[in-house]
Amino acid sequence: MTNSALALPISGAGALRRHPLVERSAPVVTIVLALIAIWYVASVLMNLSLVRDGFEREETPYTVSDLIVGTMSAERPLLPAPHQVIVAFTDSVFGYAPSAPRSLVYHSAVTLSATLLGFALGALLGIALALLIVHSRVLEKSLLPWIICSQMVPILALAPIFIVVLGAIGLQGLLPKSIISAYLCFFPITIGMVKGFTAPDPMQLDLMRTWSATPRQVLFKLRWPSAMPYLFASLKVAISISLIGAIVAELPTGAEAGIGARLLAGSYYGQTIQIWSALLASAILASGLIGLVGLTERMVGRRMGTRP
Amino acid sequence: MSNAADAKHPAEAESAPRSGSTPQRLAVDVRNVSLTFETGDGKVEALSNVSLQVAEGEFVSFIGPSGCGKTTMLRVVADLQQPTSGTLLVNGVSAEQARLERRYGYVFQAPALFPWRTIEKNLKLPLEIMGFSDSEQRQRAQRYLALVNLTGFERKFPWQLSGGMQQRVSIARALSFDPALLLMDEPFGALDEIVRDHLNEQLLQLWDKTGKTVLFVTHSIPEAVFLSTKIVVMSPRPGRIIDIIDCDFPRGRSLEIRETPEFLKIAQRVRTGLRAGHSYDE
Repeated sequence: MTNSALALPISGAGALRRHPLVERSAPVVTIVLALIAIWYVASVLMNLSLVRDGFEREETPYTVSDLIVGTMSAERPLLPAPHQVIVAFTDSVFGYAPSAPRSLVYHSAVTLSATLLGFALGALLGIALALLIVHSRVLEKSLLPWIICSQMVPILALAPIFIVVLGAIGLQGLLPKSIISAYLCFFPITIGMVKGFTAPDPMQLDLMRTWSATPRQVLFKLRWPSAMPYLFASLKVAISISLIGAIVAELPTGAEAGIGARLLAGSYYGQTIQIWSALLASAILASGLIGLVGLTERMVGRRMGTRP
Repeated sequence: MSNAADAKHPAEAESAPRSGSTPQRLAVDVRNVSLTFETGDGKVEALSNVSLQVAEGEFVSFIGPSGCGKTTMLRVVADLQQPTSGTLLVNGVSAEQARLERRYGYVFQAPALFPWRTIEKNLKLPLEIMGFSDSEQRQRAQRYLALVNLTGFERKFPWQLSGGMQQRVSIARALSFDPALLLMDEPFGALDEIVRDHLNEQLLQLWDKTGKTVLFVTHSIPEAVFLSTKIVVMSPRPGRIIDIIDCDFPRGRSLEIRETPEFLKIAQRVRTGLRAGHSYDE
């Protein structure tokens, strides 16, 4: 695998290099190709002994090229080659009806719904806590240590407890997963919004006072709009965390459905290719969600006259 | 006509009350006001036993070096800070009451516009807060934008305007709900000389048209003399009034009066006062 992006034709390269499409995508493409190249090398190195042992057990003669081909087509490799992951991924996305339990679309949808509900709950909780903290020093002192402590407990240890306790009071399925996801993602929103709600200039606050504005008016006409940049920054962090929360929450539920279930099942049966394609699905989901938050941010920014 | 009531400072005895005017209501009545801040390294006397009477329709400038309490003075009148002792009446009621009744408009050193609001919406902000009707808001925004010569900029955002234009918007905003009293804290301090001259002229015309009482904090002697009917010279540590100078140029002044001997005489007196204030420290 050579670095083909760097090997673009040099002759007449000036014009080509300045082409807007090339200019914009060349850096990204270069990095992606480099990563794929490294991945191939790594998969050969990691699977080498596995494949060699296989050949030797069956006592078939083999050449170096047999070995290398073997490392890229093993059924349960330590590290599957990129094309194996892509093939498995497209198979499980397009190979089944979206509602079939073997379809990755189905599992992604299950995880996505828990993520979105958890994100919504977490955002509401995060903003509400930030409001309480900003408006009362007593609450700041009493709440903040607990909020910080809540994030120091490993979620892997907490998730089963949550599931059991919530199950005992009759909550099952989507909601417990969303609660775990919300538990993880409210934190950056609280921290960001505390900063955001206190962002207004002292002069702007003084102005509101000279107009004897009510606390409600100060909140909605000054603090809330001032906090927008902080809100979107923290939402971007929170939405990827809430996806992780939803996936982690799927692990102790008996792995029925969801990306977490695919990961768990994959590791039970040594299906590394399945694990990697589930990871690919979660990566695509995460970047899609972050992209969506970014898009909303740009739309809001345009309405608020943000300097381009 | 009002008079400097504090007899403790000999300089004030010299400032003769303006003759010939009929008795007017006091817009601001400050009596023996002191304000002490508690800071990390002890107490700071921002205002020490300050007394001042301002009649309705006057234009009073406060001038003095940094830390002389001129901004604090304005903030006390605006009820943004509370005096440690003394009494203070604004329009005949307490400063807090005056603030709650929205009797004054405040212009800060920076325009302090809300960057996410268009110019028109910035102007409407105090009106929204005070519960004016939609049509009234629109009319007033139009009227006061015209007053500061910014018609046509309604839909622009603050960053699209120059510093001077932004400050004019903030003046229009302070006037938009028609308060009787205008408090201005070095409104043109951050602007260059030419823009400042221009805005000074506009401000005088505006004062003429609207008949507001203006309290105006500045660092600049020519600005103070050009604008004011009365100049209050202050001095730091502790912040106090060391001279109150009447400035009787007729209304409708133009920038040319700055070359006249009368103008220079008053400027000279202000300068002397400022220098005397400084010598207290040494």
